[in-house]
Amino acid sequence: MTDRTAEKEEVRAGAAIDWTPILLTVAVALAAIPLVGSFSTWVTLTVAALAMGMMIFIMASGLTLVFGLMDVINFGHGVFISVGAYMGLLVLWPLAGWVDSSSVFLNVAVLLLCIAFAMAATGLFGLAFERVIVRPVYGQHLKQILVTMGGLIVVEQLLYAFFGGNPITIALPQSFRGGLAFGPDIVVERYRLIAVAVGVVVFLGMLLVLNRTRIGLLVRAGVENAEMVEALGYNIRRLFIGVFVAGSALAGLGGVMWGFYQQTLTVGMGLQVLVLIFIVVIIGGLGSIGGCLIGSLLVALIANYTAFIEPKIALVSNIGLMLAVLLWRPQGLYPVTKS
Amino acid sequence: MPEPLLSLDGVHTHIGRYHILQGVDLAVPRGGFTVLLGRNGAGKTTTLRTIMGMWKASKGSIRFAGNDVTARPTPQIASAGIAYVPENMSIFAGLTVRENLVLAARSGEIDPKRLEWIFSLFPALQRFFGLAAGALSGGQKQMLSIARALIEPRELILVDEPTKGLAPAIVSNMIRAFREVKNAGATVLLVEQNFMAARMLGDTVAVMDDGRIVHQGLMAELAADHALQHRLLGLHLDKHQ
Repeated sequence: MTDRTAEKEEVRAGAAIDWTPILLTVAVALAAIPLVGSFSTWVTLTVAALAMGMMIFIMASGLTLVFGLMDVINFGHGVFISVGAYMGLLVLWPLAGWVDSSSVFLNVAVLLLCIAFAMAATGLFGLAFERVIVRPVYGQHLKQILVTMGGLIVVEQLLYAFFGGNPITIALPQSFRGGLAFGPDIVVERYRLIAVAVGVVVFLGMLLVLNRTRIGLLVRAGVENAEMVEALGYNIRRLFIGVFVAGSALAGLGGVMWGFYQQTLTVGMGLQVLVLIFIVVIIGGLGSIGGCLIGSLLVALIANYTAFIEPKIALVSNIGLMLAVLLWRPQGLYPVTKS
Repeated sequence: MPEPLLSLDGVHTHIGRYHILQGVDLAVPRGGFTVLLGRNGAGKTTTLRTIMGMWKASKGSIRFAGNDVTARPTPQIASAGIAYVPENMSIFAGLTVRENLVLAARSGEIDPKRLEWIFSLFPALQRFFGLAAGALSGGQKQMLSIARALIEPRELILVDEPTKGLAPAIVSNMIRAFREVKNAGATVLLVEQNFMAARMLGDTVAVMDDGRIVHQGLMAELAADHALQHRLLGLHLDKHQ
């Protein structure tokens, strides 16, 4: 083999997609078939896990980019989810008639309006959160944890003040209720399919922005080496603010989707899911969108299967998964090279 | 005497509690190669990073093209026309070679003629143009790092030890490439420990020790004066033996 051929092969190997975590996720799903016992139950559990995984991905993707780009640990991210869900509620209340209407158009419209308003409001809230809470503590991890956690508590209390402490029940729009039957035994809830579809759209949209636009190029470069991006003449702070706002808006979208999924809103819903989000961000690889997706799906699949097969194990399944992944790949499934 | 393109006047830099630069005075004339020599830890890299605003000067002033840039943030300094090739190369490993160059071309477009010229300097980059930069060899990464600084005309290019850790054949290629860059009229401030390489490229030379410039003059004079070489460059050997 000539030196040049060897050189080319080395480069090709380096550029290839790492299929192992993807295949692992598929293997986990397939391995659960005999353990679950019934194929129809397995399909139901798997679709539920895909829906849950996609919603976690939507909520976690912004956090992983924020951490990757500016090394900021934002424990306040959970409250963006709650804020998003409650902002959706503000749209849902006056449009209750659209929710109960049998018109698919009105049902889709109310969901889209909830999403649009929640994303806009949470994005603006994220902008204020970054300026007031995050900006003074750049580069200081301990202070970031303390201050963002404090911000989360303050905003949660504000939500209690405005919306009260009781859980609020919300109804799914009429067309999204019930399930779709596939054969005699398999029934899949419609909303779960919608959640999967929204997650896929968000993932493809993010891939498109990250891989096909200049802003995306800057974000990918910034996640690897923010200092060098600045040395090329780009203002990384401005870029970071944009990513922070987009990440907050995505958390708001996740809050709306999660709220409809649970059909109950509580002020603490964001904090409850925050632990899962951090697990996903860590096992996916800090700053990696692909890792975030695969991590979300793995977490959701294992949570759903273990909850069915052995509920007691379900309580520790995600921590166990995180430990196993970190023992295998200490930097996460798709580590981002920091140069 | 024409005003230098870049001048440092009594620059001090502190990193944490360490006082690294202790009054650096340096002039980089327009349109030539200035080589900054000195032992490890003399403050060469800190000088470049301070010029780029990555570490802020605690005292003194830095003037570039007639403007005081001492307190400016890094992106503004880069936008003023200074390109930086860091010691650790800092290429974006997850991006392709093409994307690394597109990012460095702040207009968003790569000038095809400029790219042809870069490919003539570093043919390996043409072969691996669409592939991940992280998979390149050490020498190729260094070529990419330099190409990033050359992809658009810049008034000044700061290069930090480009030959460090490279095989002799690659160092020869690198020197050839720098000669072409020099012939193209670029102004370069090159940090180098390899005196042979420095001698081949440098028009002017500055020698650093203990955070200060201890000598500045023409490279030809230093190359011809063995006693001066021994005093300036042998000095560190005596210190560290």
